[in-house]
Amino acid sequence: MDFLRPASWQEALAAKAEHPTAVPIAGGTDVMVEINFDHRRPEYLLDLGRVGDLYEWEAGEDSVRLGASVPYTKIMENLRSELPGLALASHTVASPQIRNRGGVGGNLGTASPAGDAHPALLAAGAEVEVESVRGSRRIPIDDFYTGVKRNALAADELIRAVHIKKADGPQQYSKVGTRNAMVIAVCAFGLALHPETRTVRTGIGSAAPTPVRARTAEEFLNAALDEGGFWDNGKIITPSVAKQFADLCAAACNPIDDVRGTASYRRHAVGVMARRTLTWTWESYRGTRRTTEGAA
Amino acid sequence: MRVNFTVNGRPQEADDVWEGESLLYVLRERLGLPGSKNACEQGECGSCTVRLDGVPVCSCLVAAGQAEGREVVTVEGLAEFARQRSCGTGACGGHSEGTPDSTSAGASDGTPEGAPLDEAGERAARPQDSHTGEGTELSPVQQAFIDAGAVQCGFCTPGLLVAADEMLERNPNPTDADIREALSGNLCRCTGYEKIMDAVRLAAARQGEVV
Ligand SMILES: Cc1cc2nc3c(=O)[nH]c(=O)nc-3n(C[C@H](O)[C@H](O)[C@H](O)COP(=O)(O)OP(=O)(O)OC[C@H]3O[C@@H](n4cnc5c(N)ncnc54)[C@H](O)[C@@H]3O)c2cc1C
Ligand code: FES
Ligand code: FES
Repeated sequence: MDFLRPASWQEALAAKAEHPTAVPIAGGTDVMVEINFDHRRPEYLLDLGRVGDLYEWEAGEDSVRLGASVPYTKIMENLRSELPGLALASHTVASPQIRNRGGVGGNLGTASPAGDAHPALLAAGAEVEVESVRGSRRIPIDDFYTGVKRNALAADELIRAVHIKKADGPQQYSKVGTRNAMVIAVCAFGLALHPETRTVRTGIGSAAPTPVRARTAEEFLNAALDEGGFWDNGKIITPSVAKQFADLCAAACNPIDDVRGTASYRRHAVGVMARRTLTWTWESYRGTRRTTEGAA
Repeated sequence: MRVNFTVNGRPQEADDVWEGESLLYVLRERLGLPGSKNACEQGECGSCTVRLDGVPVCSCLVAAGQAEGREVVTVEGLAEFARQRSCGTGACGGHSEGTPDSTSAGASDGTPEGAPLDEAGERAARPQDSHTGEGTELSPVQQAFIDAGAVQCGFCTPGLLVAADEMLERNPNPTDADIREALSGNLCRCTGYEKIMDAVRLAAARQGEVV
């Protein structure tokens, strides 16, 4: 095995171009487990720990550019208001020690259906900035997950940053597991209200071969909220609408039975989380509407 | 490959390190620092917790090469680390280095629990080595773990101590929820967690009195 230690992003890209089989290592919280257990013996380890750029983030007008290696702890501490869904999801990852090392770049690299960043990214709306010596491109998050633990990266590409839409409304993240800490999701659900575009976006984790959005459910809810004038009148969402939304979210799952849970449990739980996160975010939206109207 | 980094304030060089080797392995097997424990090698148990550039991490999940040029504090260096920190904030006052019972005695004074400290006093009397921790006076968190009876087999203790000490550094007045959260990455198979909670509360209370 060789340990490649690029000191800059350009050097990292050059190393990846020269050795496309090199395994990038950021926080190492996925890679090292595989090496410790001899599940993986890469020819080259490409340490990204010296590429400072990857640890930086910047909040722009509409989106946050989040460096690939920014650890979850920093997201929780610094980006709670811009990226509430991702900050909540980050807080559910493993333990403080793991959150101090692991980040979204690694989560995307692994692309596990159970990765906690994914539902939050899908719900918020995001693009993954990837680069190789051939050039740079942005992959919409909806096109990033291509199969079980597969993503749209080419062999010579590295993830540089993720551009995530800044929250324009309430967001929530919910995860089912046997305890609070150190739990891989049985299933998970992210929801974001986007009052500016009057849309709702979702993300489902651990209930299909890849992280997915519940598109039919989103379309149904967007139409129902529009028809009922809910964005303007701020009324409580009709229970039948919430139920239909929950059912459609459950129907968007394509889960399996495994040690963590059965397929039917997952479907059920996703429906419950969909209804709850919709209620929580909508209550919060109504609350802010009242405050702004009261102030006006 | 060769890896150079600082451990407990002392520059270290590890040779013939395999590229896929973990920092934990290097500490234990190459540098003779077996304080950090190896239980799961998959980040689940926290018994290998060390500070890497100040940040608590599972050393079993850090590739040795990633530690190049960085600073590591292990449980062996915790007492000295805590001592320097409290001196840095001016809180060490009259507790000069080498006074066998300074921290422990000072801390026990106003503590209602009034736990027995004889055993620790004996330990503290040995000659000091900041690198291996041999003979150094215990840190307040270490002392509190002894006093509260939070140690049984002791396997989880080094990781818990490093994690608890870091939390108290950040958050001198933790709530129970804060403590649980900070220690949520550390498993103990023996004590049940109540005594561990007691120990951290005790350390926090004593810290509050000293400052
Ligand atoms: C005990 C434990 C508990 C865990 N619990 C959770 C959990 O609750 N939720 C969860 O989502 N995850 C969990 N994980 C998995 C892991 O922590 C996350 O997936 C984390 O986000 C990985 O980030 P990392 O920086 O450590 O990745 P690494 O291990 O460094 O890398 C992961 C993958 O991404 C690739 N990669 C990394 N950076 C880049 C880049 N810039 N460009 C291209 N490829 C890259 C690597 O080659 C590798 O394939 C857990 C892991 C452990 C050990
Ligand atoms: S040995 Fe590192 S977390 Fe268990
Ligand atoms: S594991 Fe034995 S004391 Fe914690």
